[in-house]
Amino acid sequence: MDEMLKKIKEDIDSNKVILFMKGNRLMPQCGFSARVVYILDELKVDYETRDVLSDESLRSIIKEYSNWPTLPQLYVNKEFVGGCDIVSELYQTGELQKIIGC
Amino acid sequence: MELKSELKKCIELAVSDSEVTILDPREDGMHLEAIVISDIFEKMSLIQRHRLVMDAVKQYFNKDLHALSLKIFTKNQFEESSNG
Repeated sequence: MDEMLKKIKEDIDSNKVILFMKGNRLMPQCGFSARVVYILDELKVDYETRDVLSDESLRSIIKEYSNWPTLPQLYVNKEFVGGCDIVSELYQTGELQKIIGC
Repeated sequence: MELKSELKKCIELAVSDSEVTILDPREDGMHLEAIVISDIFEKMSLIQRHRLVMDAVKQYFNKDLHALSLKIFTKNQFEESSNG
């Protein structure tokens, strides 16, 4: 469990934009994850993804890490940005582009 | 109590002077949507608004609830959005 938390922290620290999601960017396994992938692809930013469906402990510990009960979860510059609703709204207002710096 | 009315009650308790509507757009009882209107959101950032509501209902995600899409407005914002 501590190992997983450490791994999550390392992933978030070492990737400017990282999305914890269901499935992967080529085959998202849920509509909300697919929507965030679509937005990041539209912005043409480099980003990493982690598939929570491939690891049950990742799925539960990422929720504790952010204190946020659902997935997907987007992190930019080591900070939790939000899930699908927040990312969509930030994208529509142009705020997400500023946060990511593109 | 039905999940929708439980969620409504939890959100109303957490968000003072709020008007809460819970919808079930896919009619599956698991992917729900909440419209929450209150002036308490006035000075909050987007993430603070969402956290306030999500914190109130987070225990339900371990049970029957799979997703809760949030639409959060102040009273003025809601009027503007329904007029526009």
